[in-house]
Amino acid sequence: MYDPTVARLTYRALLGRRRALILGALPLLLIAISLVVRALAGADDQTAADLLGGLALATMVPIIGVIAGTGAIGPEIDDGSVVYLLSKPVKRPTIIFTKLIVAVAVTMVFSALPTLIAGFILNGNGQQIAVAYTVAALVSSIAYAALFLLLGTVSRHAVVFGLVYALVWEALFGSLVPGARTLSVQQWSLAVAHKVSGGDLVTSDVGLTTATVFLVAVTVLATWYAGQKLRALTLAGEE
Amino acid sequence: MAVEQPMRAAAAPPGDQTRIHNIGYRSYDGPRLGRAYARRSLYSQSLRGSYGLGRSVKSKVLPMLLFVVMCVPAAIMVAVAVATKANELPLDYTRYAIVMQAVISLYVASQAPQSVSRDLRFKTVPLYFSRPIETADYVRAKYAALASALFVLTAAPLLVLYVGALLAKLDFADQTKGFAQGLVSVALLSLLFAGIGLVIASVTPRRGFGIAAVIAVMTISYGAVSTLQAIADAQNSTGAIPWIGLFSPVTLIDGVQSAFLGATSAFPGGIGPSNGEGVVYVLVVLGLIAASYGLLMRRYRKVGM
Repeated sequence: MYDPTVARLTYRALLGRRRALILGALPLLLIAISLVVRALAGADDQTAADLLGGLALATMVPIIGVIAGTGAIGPEIDDGSVVYLLSKPVKRPTIIFTKLIVAVAVTMVFSALPTLIAGFILNGNGQQIAVAYTVAALVSSIAYAALFLLLGTVSRHAVVFGLVYALVWEALFGSLVPGARTLSVQQWSLAVAHKVSGGDLVTSDVGLTTATVFLVAVTVLATWYAGQKLRALTLAGEE
Repeated sequence: MAVEQPMRAAAAPPGDQTRIHNIGYRSYDGPRLGRAYARRSLYSQSLRGSYGLGRSVKSKVLPMLLFVVMCVPAAIMVAVAVATKANELPLDYTRYAIVMQAVISLYVASQAPQSVSRDLRFKTVPLYFSRPIETADYVRAKYAALASALFVLTAAPLLVLYVGALLAKLDFADQTKGFAQGLVSVALLSLLFAGIGLVIASVTPRRGFGIAAVIAVMTISYGAVSTLQAIADAQNSTGAIPWIGLFSPVTLIDGVQSAFLGATSAFPGGIGPSNGEGVVYVLVVLGLIAASYGLLMRRYRKVGM
């Protein structure tokens, strides 16, 4: 189910050239902001939770997930070079699975690791906040990468639709309509984080069971369906 | 302009034996429409293109969807105001764009790369410059087109609110003043967002990457700034809040309009910039607009050569 050559090519496509710059700039910004906040405000648990929850988990993880998830397959389909990959004797679900692993790894390295570092800078992992948000970032990395990888195979406008989901659905509708939070990767991962930290600073609107079921279901279904899409891929011309 | 060719070949001098045949090439002697016409065409095509007009159905979906998403809340507010006979609209004209900033950012992110990245990717920019237009014309036309498209996007819901407010028989002078202030604010917002979006998009020929880069700049800066402002508010260091707001496009517009356009600030604690700080905000906004124009000019000075 894992093909090292496909993985190597995907890593190169994801981290080569300017893509690595934007992927690297976001975590650096988060760490810089945490340094500034720590220097100005001192160690404070509520502040740390606000910063990690508002900036790291709500904005940074989805954006990096979109870049890594759609970037793992989108450009190849876009410029048509995916036919060279598909014509090799590699099973298409294997291709998707390998690309998913790579996208998950990249999202985790560029979002969960900086979250952990920022958490330690902000309050030295007081009340397990740093670890809780890191777990949330790790869990949501998997779901986001699978979801956005699927979008990459379905639509040429995958990046936009991914961002619409992450920003409009989770942020805007999630804050206006409480029901929308039940269908939000961010809330599911917060439920897992809540279980890990056990405190009151990390809370979620979704129960742990629901969250786990949804997380697993979304990841598995998205990966399976992406594999099916790739089996019957038609290359469309430029619009 | 005649279609049929006059028989010039017949007039060849009899001594010229080397000519085999003359297929009658002629130079164009009709009217030439010139640089201004080319610039206007580029502007109108880009403006239509940013709503998907004249393009495939698929590329109409997203801009039209975002346009509808922008206008529907305004229509709902108007309906509520008319039905409940309220004394004022539930949301200020100036506040509307700030609340809907995610939609506006998405629109910029999707349409700025659409406008310039594809020209770079398919190497059509040198073709533009083989016409009478020059770098400045291309940049101005594209900038003006995206700014106009954004203005349409942001001003249309305000118009809905204004018409609705008049239908609900709210105070005419009061509403007109608010509407005018809202229009000035969204005009500034359109120029600023279009500039930032185009500068980022003009760097990359990849559309998807351009979208991600624009949205990252817009939302991460907004997320970072509002988080820092909330922390400053919690720490009671309210003096720092306006200064932090200088670092993201949305809060810049918010600051300008709460200092000079009578808006209530969306900053935490409702602490907008004072008049002195407001001048800094205006200067930064104008500076950013000028800088993005300058950067675009520099970017296209030597493109595709």
